[in-house]
Amino acid sequence: MDENISFTVNGKSVSLTTDGERTLLWVLRSDLGLTGTKYGCGEGTCGACTVVMGKRAVRSCITPVQKVKGQEVMTIEGLAKNGRLHPLQEAFAKHNALQCGFCTPGMILNAYSLLLRNPEPTREQIVNGMEYNLCRCAAHIRIIRAIETAAAEMKGAR
Amino acid sequence: MNEDKLQLAERGHDESRHPLNRREFLQSVGGGIAIFFTVGEAATQAGRGAGKERPDFNAYLRIGQDGKVKCFTGKVELGQGVITSLAQSLADELDVPIESVEMVMSDTAQCPYDAGTWGSTTTPRFGPILRAAGAEARAVLIGLAAVRLKVPKDRLDVKDGVVFDRTAPNTKVSYADLAEGKSIARQLDLQVQVKNPSEMKIINKPHNRIDAVAKVTGKAQYTGDIRLDGMVCAKVLRPPAHGATLKSLDTSAVDSMEDFQVVRDDDLVAVLHKHPDMAEKALSKLKAEYDIPEARFDDKTVFDHLVDHAAEGKVTKKGGDVDAGHKLAQVVVEEKYLDGYVAHAAIETHSAVAQFEGDNLTVWASTQTPFGLQRQIVNDFKMPIENVRVIAPFVGGGFGGKISNGQAIQAVRLAKIAKKPVQLVWSRADEFFYDTFRPAAVVKIKSGISSEGKIVSWDYNIYGMGSRGADLFYDVPHHRTTVCQNLQGGEKMHVLGTGAWRAPDNNSNSFARESHIDVMATKAGIDPLEFRLKNLADEQMKAVLKAAADKFGYTPAKTPSGRGIGVACGMDVGVPVALIAEVQVDKQTGSVQVKRVVCAQDLGLVINPEGATLQVEGCITMGLGYALTEDIHFKGGEVLDLSFGTYELPRFSWVPKIETVLIEASDQPSKGGGEPAIVAMGGLIANAIHDATGARVKQMPMTPERIKQAMA
Repeated sequence: MDENISFTVNGKSVSLTTDGERTLLWVLRSDLGLTGTKYGCGEGTCGACTVVMGKRAVRSCITPVQKVKGQEVMTIEGLAKNGRLHPLQEAFAKHNALQCGFCTPGMILNAYSLLLRNPEPTREQIVNGMEYNLCRCAAHIRIIRAIETAAAEMKGAR
Repeated sequence: MNEDKLQLAERGHDESRHPLNRREFLQSVGGGIAIFFTVGEAATQAGRGAGKERPDFNAYLRIGQDGKVKCFTGKVELGQGVITSLAQSLADELDVPIESVEMVMSDTAQCPYDAGTWGSTTTPRFGPILRAAGAEARAVLIGLAAVRLKVPKDRLDVKDGVVFDRTAPNTKVSYADLAEGKSIARQLDLQVQVKNPSEMKIINKPHNRIDAVAKVTGKAQYTGDIRLDGMVCAKVLRPPAHGATLKSLDTSAVDSMEDFQVVRDDDLVAVLHKHPDMAEKALSKLKAEYDIPEARFDDKTVFDHLVDHAAEGKVTKKGGDVDAGHKLAQVVVEEKYLDGYVAHAAIETHSAVAQFEGDNLTVWASTQTPFGLQRQIVNDFKMPIENVRVIAPFVGGGFGGKISNGQAIQAVRLAKIAKKPVQLVWSRADEFFYDTFRPAAVVKIKSGISSEGKIVSWDYNIYGMGSRGADLFYDVPHHRTTVCQNLQGGEKMHVLGTGAWRAPDNNSNSFARESHIDVMATKAGIDPLEFRLKNLADEQMKAVLKAAADKFGYTPAKTPSGRGIGVACGMDVGVPVALIAEVQVDKQTGSVQVKRVVCAQDLGLVINPEGATLQVEGCITMGLGYALTEDIHFKGGEVLDLSFGTYELPRFSWVPKIETVLIEASDQPSKGGGEPAIVAMGGLIANAIHDATGARVKQMPMTPERIKQAMA
């Protein structure tokens, strides 16, 4: 059933009329052209589609868009501010914490939400927090290092 | 190499595809200086054997009038990092900052022909050609500068794209100034001198990935991100099993829906809609009935099927007399090693976009073989090659799985019928179903050891896969390798699709060989590392094994020592690699935690040590998957694992401490590092589990269940 759905993406209000059972992933990618959010599995098992809603990381591929009404959503396109990369983005680049890059937006946004909730995570907490995001190229150890670096960087900036 | 030859030969009849001559071509792209090649020369250079001499208007590089350097390569960036290492190679030879190099990759209309991005060939085979092209361009520019500056060539040097007189550094001229107003097309001179290691400033130095910013900001474009006017998205109806035939199809539920289109082209059925999720939802409304052939075997019985019905094998390697060898032995050991089907499971599923414009077709595809796909399209759709352009944007992981291009052919078929641009992104379930898996395989080994702990005989029999990685680098006087890849009557061994998987065959062969080496070391009562050194003939292999042992701080002990330390060696694409690991096995649950892995390998001249290290870490972590969990369950042609819910990839909590040693050998030719470190992961983990528990697991993946069984 088509309905009017309004929410905020990367600080901008969006409003569309669509079937509320459609997932946020395809509304972002197909209707709004925000292709940085990736499709990897469509059933919440890989994390490539992770976006931040409020302060929580959510898997957009299993999030019906009707649940997003009135919410603030941030995608990878909204993370850099005023042309400056976020410390997580800087750290992923610095540590070469990626290869093909397809899981990277989801990794970064999952880490972003992790650091919002726990700004000084231990290595174990990072591992647990990232456990269900898959990276087939296997850049895991560098992703962990990048998150540690970003956390330290962000702590310094506070 | 065979594929290269084949594709090169196939390409012989597109001689006249460029109506412009080189000068005109160069003018059409804005002038400058370009280094071209002919296929004949490129072929010779790449060791493919002499090809036909003919002009081709794809250049390796062009220096524009703005001084910017465009580097053209048919190679694809799959994550392996050649976008960075090739830019390093070219920038160094040209003496320009790497930032001034723009990589133009994997576009059949712009780039020199390339057989495909596979087999760790980019660095050893294309790299040297590109370096030669860079050196040639530098020589041309120095020649122009000598005239312009009125200084003899041998007094000129280059730094950051500026040619200067060594004796009077203010006498200088930039590449940009030299290229201005010029249209110079040069043939690649194969005699040109590239830099030696002491002259290198960018090559052999760690460099961060140049695609990182695009990838961390979401700007990097993959095939699924392409948006064209009027484009529709397709979802294909996946049969329930391989070999199934469509008996009946009722599309009426979707036919009546506005804005949806059902396309049927023989066995290909798809729903098209502007939004892919809408197409997928509508797909579930189609009513299809299939005839499914009876399942003759499954993931448990496949191994007996492979061996019991095997046709006579082919002897691929032989030395001495293996039966006589067995008689010389004090102990003869006979074992059988099994490996199941393994998926590629790249996070980006296969994707393609097909757009017809008049007689021309452009296809964007996640592919490791843009030129191969172009040829497939030419053959399948009877199109002239000059009308078919294939572009591979960033590819989200390949691992050998993006070679057969099934999704792209489907997209072209659909676009042809729908008469509009079609984007097809396989679902995860499609990906698991249509994947060309690493084949299930059986290796039977019978070997003998002398009283001095020397291997004297080695009878090695392969069923279900090929022999890459089966060549013995151990010194054995009597040996024989036999390969069987067909059933009696010539029937294919596999019902599921099979194909190249990161170092094809080698992972399963190395699992068998390195497990068996430890079985013999155990029988001989000799430390497994010492046993290897005692039996190794290959000096490079000995060197990497010693380097790994040093880094690890290895102390000898007979296995099983209870320490959980494993050793394994491997050889792939001429690269020797040695691995040492420490694992912990929970004897109650059978679960394995790998604590530490040390890897030493010899890659010759390493272009980007940072990129090479990243590849090693990726190989080791990815290898844990096939060693411990990854296994495709199936019944006949029906694939039972269609999601990450049941097919388990390595996760963050699995990752050990990884230490990489790259042997210093910069005076040696470069070798490819995308595959070697993964090949010995199975044997490594099996040997470490044995060292921890005394239990020998002879089947991959080494699941907790199998480990408990082996311990019982």
